[in-house]
Amino acid sequence: MVAQLTEDTKPVPAGGTPLTHKRENLWQDAFRRLVRNRAAMIGGTIILILIFIAIFADFIAPYPYDKGVLTDQNKVPEWMGTLFPTMKPYMKTSDKYPFGADYIGRDIFSRLIYGTRISLSIAFIGATISLVIGIIYGSISGYFGGRADNLMMRSVDVLYAFPGLLFIILLMAFFRSSFAKPQVGTFGSILGQIDSHMGGMFFIIIGIGLTAWETTARLTRGQVLSAREKEYIEAARTVGASDVRIMFRHILPNIVGPLIIVETLAIPAYIGTEAFLSFIGLGINPPTPSWGAMISDGAQSIRTYPNQAIFPALALAITMFAFNFLGDGLRDALEPRMRGSQ
Amino acid sequence: MGRYIARRLIYLVVVLFVVSGITFLLEHAVPGGPFDREKALPPEIKANLERRYHLDDPLLVQYGNYLNDVILPHLTFHPATNNMDEDYLFNFRLPGGLWLQWMNFGPSYASRSRTVNDIFRQQLPVSIQLGIMAFFVSVIIGMPLGIMAALKQNTFFDYFGMSIAIIGVSIPILALGPIMVWLFGVDLKWLPPSGWGAQPPYIMGFIPHQLGWNFFKYAIMPALVLGIGSSAIIARLTRGSLLQVIREDYIRTARSKGLIESLVIRRHALRNSLIPVVTILGPLFAALVTGTFVTELIFGIPGLGKYFVTSINNRDYPVIMGTTLLYAVFLVIANLIVDIVYAFLDPRIRYS
Repeated sequence: MVAQLTEDTKPVPAGGTPLTHKRENLWQDAFRRLVRNRAAMIGGTIILILIFIAIFADFIAPYPYDKGVLTDQNKVPEWMGTLFPTMKPYMKTSDKYPFGADYIGRDIFSRLIYGTRISLSIAFIGATISLVIGIIYGSISGYFGGRADNLMMRSVDVLYAFPGLLFIILLMAFFRSSFAKPQVGTFGSILGQIDSHMGGMFFIIIGIGLTAWETTARLTRGQVLSAREKEYIEAARTVGASDVRIMFRHILPNIVGPLIIVETLAIPAYIGTEAFLSFIGLGINPPTPSWGAMISDGAQSIRTYPNQAIFPALALAITMFAFNFLGDGLRDALEPRMRGSQ
Repeated sequence: MGRYIARRLIYLVVVLFVVSGITFLLEHAVPGGPFDREKALPPEIKANLERRYHLDDPLLVQYGNYLNDVILPHLTFHPATNNMDEDYLFNFRLPGGLWLQWMNFGPSYASRSRTVNDIFRQQLPVSIQLGIMAFFVSVIIGMPLGIMAALKQNTFFDYFGMSIAIIGVSIPILALGPIMVWLFGVDLKWLPPSGWGAQPPYIMGFIPHQLGWNFFKYAIMPALVLGIGSSAIIARLTRGSLLQVIREDYIRTARSKGLIESLVIRRHALRNSLIPVVTILGPLFAALVTGTFVTELIFGIPGLGKYFVTSINNRDYPVIMGTTLLYAVFLVIANLIVDIVYAFLDPRIRYS
């Protein structure tokens, strides 16, 4: 802030040329701070690359993700022997596959590329759902207050006590077995079909959506409560603005900063949840490639073929780093005083 | 204070009802019961099995019985017979021949000779051991890192410590686990890649009898992997809170009266700055103990988390339900204890 003041308030020269005052709003200011943050920029770049990979997966991946060559089971390229020396005595080499082939001869590299789609879709859709439900719920609760607020927040408290991972596991177990073979033509069968077309992603998104909005709702409520008392809201009310208009025109733009920060920082958790669900076999349906499922398959043979678990693990870790770095940078940029304080 | 605690206990009961209700509904809405096999059982046998476990009662009756067995404490003159249907997790003898019995989760469907409480007694201690060690890992790494970063704000120490914290928060167990297993377990052969070094019986229900290298060599990797994420959270929180406290007036007073810096930090700054950190320790501890699924699966640890995942695939209703309820109680009580400790640490806080 200090630096900005000295930049912008140049003394008026003796000749009396008009003061060139560069006006910046909150967002431009935040953006400038974000660009200066190297870690956040690296994170952002990685995310852009990942988005590119996800969109053009069909052109980048050298092999299909679902069809293996059985004779190429567990084959690895030559250089893998130097990286994982324990494999040297028994490994079968083939330079066809950059990161090796898995236990049924599918190219791990191609599966990693396609896996980007799953992780990123979950990340963005999960965040959107959580934001939409959380903002609506939280702002209704905070804006109207009183008994409705009390009741709404008590129910969130009770949901909060539900052990998060257990809840989503239960939900997934329910979805997976209820909609597996429902009667044709029912609502359940439509949901089941949507899900199988999306490779199992639909129910994961619903599961994450149902469990993730509570934090957003609480935060929104708190922010709305404090924004409601400000003078500009009173001013808006005096000139006769409706509740909806006050909510969306006046309060929401002023509280959206913290919400974006929290949501960006929550994205790694959504990616992690999907990977975890796929790891325990309740997530993505095979053969759709999910990094979590690949880690799970690879973990079975980690003593013999460590590459099969370690490369998906690295992909998952890098993606989560990228979102965390960006989220952290966003927080520093939008709320400079919050740096490092969770 | 007493009224506050009473209110929180009532809240605990509400939570138990809601959690058990949702769990009960979800698991019974799932088509396919616990006795559906690849090869269908003869209908008579299936009917008998269902009668044995009271699955043929109306749902509401089943739920009512379950609540009665689990949530309501029983006061009787009859000691529990300890057969499959009468196994209480808490079974105390009171003066005058009275027995206080509480939390009978019933028999497990999948492992026919064990009750849910048997499974808890054998598997839960392992998860608790793992959770406690991960908790110590996170505090021992996190607090010094945060304190160092705050005292040397905007120096190399600060940036280095906080970068480590971001990395710690971001790296998922699912990724770090396999990498560690391969590196230290398979390649370097320093530590066993899987297994657990303690067996029942345990002291006080969860402390293993031998706490030597044979126990810790199995525990080092999982505890580190599980605790590292929380250590980062603690580090950030400690740093933020200490930075705030250092700018308070009473710190300036302490300095201006000539107190040496280390005393200012130890006596005045640290104590006050740890209050918000303590509040997060409770939920963190609860989350560590109840969140051991992935760690247990990756490191092949026979804890409750691993068992829970298996029980879902087996449709072992009593185990699923029991674990969920037990973990929920655990979370609520951990939060309650933190709130009470909070009031003692900071006398300005009054609950009314």
